Amino acid sequence: MQDQVQLSVFGEDLRIFKDVLRRNIFYPLGLIVVLAFLSYSAIFALDPKIIGYNPNYTDLNVILQPPSLSFPFGTDDLGRNLFLKALNGVPIDAAISLSVVLLALLIGVLTGATAGYFGGIVQQLIMGVTDIFLAFPGLVLAVAFAAALGSGMINVMIALSVVWWPVYTRLARGETLTVKEQQYVTAARASGLSGLRIVISHIMPNVFTTMIAYATADIGNVILLSAVLGYLGLGAQPPNVDLGRIVYDGQNFIRFAPWYSLLPGVTLFIIAISFAFVGDLLRDFLDPKMRV
Amino acid sequence: MGLVTYVIKRLLLIIPTFLGVTLLTFIISHVVVSNPVLAWAGEKSSASTIAAIAAQYHLNDPLYLQYYYYMAGLFRGDWGISATTHLPVLSQIENFFPATLELSIAALIISVIIGIPMGVLSAMWNGRKLDYPIKALYSSGIASPPFLLALLLQLLFSYYFNLLPSSGRLDPTSAVPRFVTGMYTVDALLEGNLPVFLDAVRHLILPAITLAFLTFAIITRITRSSMLETMEKDFVRTAKAKGLPSRTVTYKYVLRNALTSTITIIGLAVQFLLSGAIVVETVFFWPGIGLYTTTATLALDFPSIMGVTVVFTLVVVFTNLVTDLAYGALDPRVSYD
Repeated sequence: MQDQVQLSVFGEDLRIFKDVLRRNIFYPLGLIVVLAFLSYSAIFALDPKIIGYNPNYTDLNVILQPPSLSFPFGTDDLGRNLFLKALNGVPIDAAISLSVVLLALLIGVLTGATAGYFGGIVQQLIMGVTDIFLAFPGLVLAVAFAAALGSGMINVMIALSVVWWPVYTRLARGETLTVKEQQYVTAARASGLSGLRIVISHIMPNVFTTMIAYATADIGNVILLSAVLGYLGLGAQPPNVDLGRIVYDGQNFIRFAPWYSLLPGVTLFIIAISFAFVGDLLRDFLDPKMRV
Repeated sequence: MGLVTYVIKRLLLIIPTFLGVTLLTFIISHVVVSNPVLAWAGEKSSASTIAAIAAQYHLNDPLYLQYYYYMAGLFRGDWGISATTHLPVLSQIENFFPATLELSIAALIISVIIGIPMGVLSAMWNGRKLDYPIKALYSSGIASPPFLLALLLQLLFSYYFNLLPSSGRLDPTSAVPRFVTGMYTVDALLEGNLPVFLDAVRHLILPAITLAFLTFAIITRITRSSMLETMEKDFVRTAKAKGLPSRTVTYKYVLRNALTSTITIIGLAVQFLLSGAIVVETVFFWPGIGLYTTTATLALDFPSIMGVTVVFTLVVVFTNLVTDLAYGALDPRVSYD
């Protein structure tokens, strides 16, 4: 009996998901790109040899070749296959963006829920610090941090995380203020649970769910920002560089070999916009109005 | 609470923010960096320069004393000496600031002029096929890496069609107009020098469009969503029921109410403009604060990086204050609590 009820709820979810998916032609397309991006990056993380060739193999006979069947993204000034270089760079962007958003989500929900639930001086302290971080234009602070830490993938992750959590704290706090008034929280309080316990087991899970859609769309923003850091020379260092750095390297050849910069740039664009569509898809799917 | 008390309260709130911000830049440049003395003197300095810089900025003192000297320097206008150009950071920022201001103002004007009507159209055409191209345009504005459009425009208009210059603020043949605001377009106009003005405008077009593409997207999206929200309100239904022409309802009732949220987003837009300027100025070699940031970053010139961070933050803090005040002035229901 229990199982049957569970099953029908799941079936309902599936139906709503299919409905939402049909609303916009870009939802399924975005979902495909995002799933491909994530699964490819996961496989690459397990075994970087998945590409099959050395992305930094130079061949001076084929320098600055336009895109063709053997070189889908063309070649660079040292005759390296830019498609392989891009394939090698995509997982770097995936690693950075996923870890930054996950960390921001964790810190944000933890601090935001605490501030929102307890209020008073706790809230003033947390939100005061948050507001100071929010006063910085994100990229500028990230650049300063990354420059101080030195370039490299891990340091970009740290720099972006430092910049990225405050927005999540703000959102989580706002969300907590709503959740806090729900009857199940009053019930929990009435049954004598401690404040910390309520925050962890009742408030945080609920806030977390509503913020998932935002976080998903946000992965695209982090990819763009980390691309900018890579473009400024602060990202992963040669030979294994991220897409933003490839764009920068190709900039000198933009007149004669526009594909060098443009195709990795367009790849970044497609990935980022796909995350935005999947974020919208999730928002529509989680919208309670869908379940009436 | 009255407006005056509110303004004073907001101005006082800037003090803890400023202290927090400078504490953070201090920590970055004195604690996070692996070698603060090298960071302030520059990587390739001689032993004697390093010793001199360390003494001048008290870099061998305990941290709390260093912080005191750092803050005292900030207030005295001594923001350090650039490790690469060996000029005072503050005077360099003063030199580069007008260029960024000119570019940002141009971009903001373009994005408001295009963004608001597009948001209105998109809201009116909501759910119809006509809305799709607008949606596609602003979605791509949000998701495109800033350097992509910059490179595309440069490629098309400078290299293929040879219509507009690809870099700089003026042709080498044009004389720089006499300094009034530091914005070449304005200064040339004040001088009555039409050829230089036109040259400055030609140089401004591509970088301004690129920068505007970032902010246009958020302005359109916010205008659209607040139009849609306002259209559902009771007073709009009443206006329609009264038999007012739909044009009057849209422009006099809906748009005027919807615009207040657009104004508040302009504060956010300024943040986007400043961040975007770093990339756009680099691609178009526009000699403003953005390009200065990039060169300083590549050279690990910390006095400059920290100076720029402080200036950018101050600009953001003050724009937020101004937008908050504008919000109150536009919407009488907003109370200053």
